[in-house]
Amino acid sequence: MASDTAVPVASTATGHPTGKGARRRPHDDTRLALMFIAPAFLGYCVFLLWPTLRGIYLSFTRFNLLTPPKWVGLDNYVRMVHDPIFWNSMKVTLEYVVLNIAFQTALALVIAVMMQRLTKKTWLRGIVLTPYLVSNVVAAMVFIWILDYQLGFGNYILQHLGLGRIAFLSSDHWVIPTIAFINVWRHVGYTALLIFAGLQTIPESVYEAGRLDGASENRMFRHLTVPLLRPILALVLIITVVGSFQVFDTVAVATQGGPVNSSRVLQFYIYDLAFGRFQFGYASALSVALLLVLLIVSIVQYRLSRADESDLD
Amino acid sequence: MFRTKRIRRRGVGVALAAATVASTLAACGGGATGSTASGTIQYWLWDSGQQPGYQKCADAFHQANPTITVHISQYGWGDYWSKLTAGFIAGTAPDVFTDHLSKFAQFADLKVLRPLDELAPTKDIQDSDYQSGLAELWKGQDGHRYGTPKDWDTISIFYSATALKAAGITPEQLSTATWNPTDGGTFEKIVAHLTVDKNGKRGDEPGFDKNNVVQHGISSEGSGGGGWGQTQWSAFTGSTGWQATDKNPWGTTFEMSDPRFLSTISWYFGLVRKGYMPTYQEIGGSSAIGTDKEIQTGMAAMGLSGSWMISTFSNLTDAKGKKLDIGIAPSPIGPSGHRASMFNGLADSITTQSKQPETSAKWVAFLAGEQCQDIIGQSGVVFPARPKATQLAIEYNKSKRNLDVTPFTDQVKDKTTFLFPVTSNAADITALMQPAMDSVYIGSQPVSSLSKVNAQLNQLFKVVG
Repeated sequence: MASDTAVPVASTATGHPTGKGARRRPHDDTRLALMFIAPAFLGYCVFLLWPTLRGIYLSFTRFNLLTPPKWVGLDNYVRMVHDPIFWNSMKVTLEYVVLNIAFQTALALVIAVMMQRLTKKTWLRGIVLTPYLVSNVVAAMVFIWILDYQLGFGNYILQHLGLGRIAFLSSDHWVIPTIAFINVWRHVGYTALLIFAGLQTIPESVYEAGRLDGASENRMFRHLTVPLLRPILALVLIITVVGSFQVFDTVAVATQGGPVNSSRVLQFYIYDLAFGRFQFGYASALSVALLLVLLIVSIVQYRLSRADESDLD
Repeated sequence: MFRTKRIRRRGVGVALAAATVASTLAACGGGATGSTASGTIQYWLWDSGQQPGYQKCADAFHQANPTITVHISQYGWGDYWSKLTAGFIAGTAPDVFTDHLSKFAQFADLKVLRPLDELAPTKDIQDSDYQSGLAELWKGQDGHRYGTPKDWDTISIFYSATALKAAGITPEQLSTATWNPTDGGTFEKIVAHLTVDKNGKRGDEPGFDKNNVVQHGISSEGSGGGGWGQTQWSAFTGSTGWQATDKNPWGTTFEMSDPRFLSTISWYFGLVRKGYMPTYQEIGGSSAIGTDKEIQTGMAAMGLSGSWMISTFSNLTDAKGKKLDIGIAPSPIGPSGHRASMFNGLADSITTQSKQPETSAKWVAFLAGEQCQDIIGQSGVVFPARPKATQLAIEYNKSKRNLDVTPFTDQVKDKTTFLFPVTSNAADITALMQPAMDSVYIGSQPVSSLSKVNAQLNQLFKVVG
């Protein structure tokens, strides 16, 4: 649908600069810019803005999708505040995000620096990205088998090491760390690649100066790489934190929120309410809550990390 | 952002499905409006074991009505319901689908099912054509009929004859076992004796190590929070005379604070603490294996399961590919003095989205009719809803599988069955029951916590109803 509408807009956009107006006043590109923006803006409105507004509207209704929505005011939000499963899912989601982001970012940073400083081999850099090429569902399935309590290879190794079997995905203590680890495995390469791109922007001369001053590799990492990488790291963190809050498919495939509610993350709870229990109104209210949380988290992150300034100048 | 692709991919699937359905509808739209019914009927079922039988029915139907073709699609239980729900939302639901009592009420509430008593081919279906009680279950609160009975199922014990023999227990002992929630009766003695730890000690012998059990006396099918313990504890709670709701179908008050229920659940999950039943972790948590796999791998010596599993059990093999010797025994006699089994059945329903209700009704009437039910009976996968076809299934199992399935059918003959609790708000009930029962199974919540869940269920009907 989007490509259909994009074609005529693009053709008028390319046709425009040949017109007389554009030749006479070359500095005013507003109209041209608007035309380039138009297709994306249309997509933004149709696929993002309108659904968001409609979702906010639906959060004030009782709606089962098959009969018309009924306005109930703030009922859904009152229910949300008193819903222990909602608060539990918030807690579980937060626990997941903290574990996932902390390990993922730290590991990715190490991998990226190693790619930058130690090896120039393309195939080695490529290997780092391979887990990301596996779909989330497949990754979850593979780990279900590896970590199976009875037959999994992972538990087979643990038992032979004398550590005893661990019910990774079916004990309430292990389930969130396990899911967080599965997603670290899958996303760390991609995150490392983003950071690696950021590292490329740091000029080699900075390191040369460091080396002349006799700084060790370790010290250069702490006092040169990290500060100069800050804007990129901030961007990567915002993207990955937002993604992390929306963890869904690993949970849907591996645990369906269990055992009991210990992996019932917010996105899965919302999905279950909407598509399992036909409570689209209440599910919309929870989605709005998630939207607000993400908005606040992103703004705070942006401010704290001064993502819009660089120390490179 | 990067982690929600599943929904999007599913979205594409729905769009594709919509396109195919639209094109098939367009292709046969002309015929459907004519005087003689014609076209392609989309029919869904979830049990792959039943597909060959129903394909035969579809072929016979096509032979009798050459202008109508039935296209059967099969999806696994989990996908089936999410696909159907998505289908109702996206307008791509099939014409006719296999319906389950645990889902039917929700669909009736959402008004996505067509009343069959208003369609000519299914108008004259009589309750008395089917095993007693089956047809009534499919009538909505408004009195309309929303499903035609196709089969029924009860619960029995499947056992490994080898394990029984090794323990010195005869099939007769198992078939006449009695049970009570206080000490478990002779049934628990059998379960204990069938349990073996890694040193070869049995569950009733001194020095038995309950933490290192090799063979459990009884299998686990999970906590039973999703279907009123159908293949878990329902045979036990039922044999105390307990019922889940004040009336059935369409009860609105729940009975989970009843001491008979609480003491039974306490005894049942007590088997886990004693090492007689596999733990939540052992069966694989939320993606659990069932009684068939547990007996096959030797994790359990016997276990409760439904009659729809007969063909699966009769085909179980060991690691070398040799057929296992499987027997069937009835559920134990409980405090009420008789056995009990949940009596459940499937039916065929027509969706309101079907563009050809009359043609669909013709197919539904055929599925519920004598010819198709006899075909199903002779395929030996399930017990058809008609008494005569049920008899054919019993004979098939006797002659082709050398399997006595009367423990299943005797429950119906002796009227020791109770019906699956049909209520509104089924999805909400499952959402509350599943985690609650799981935590009792795991042991993180006491059995008494179920009284609180009961209050929540009752509240559900006050708010929504």
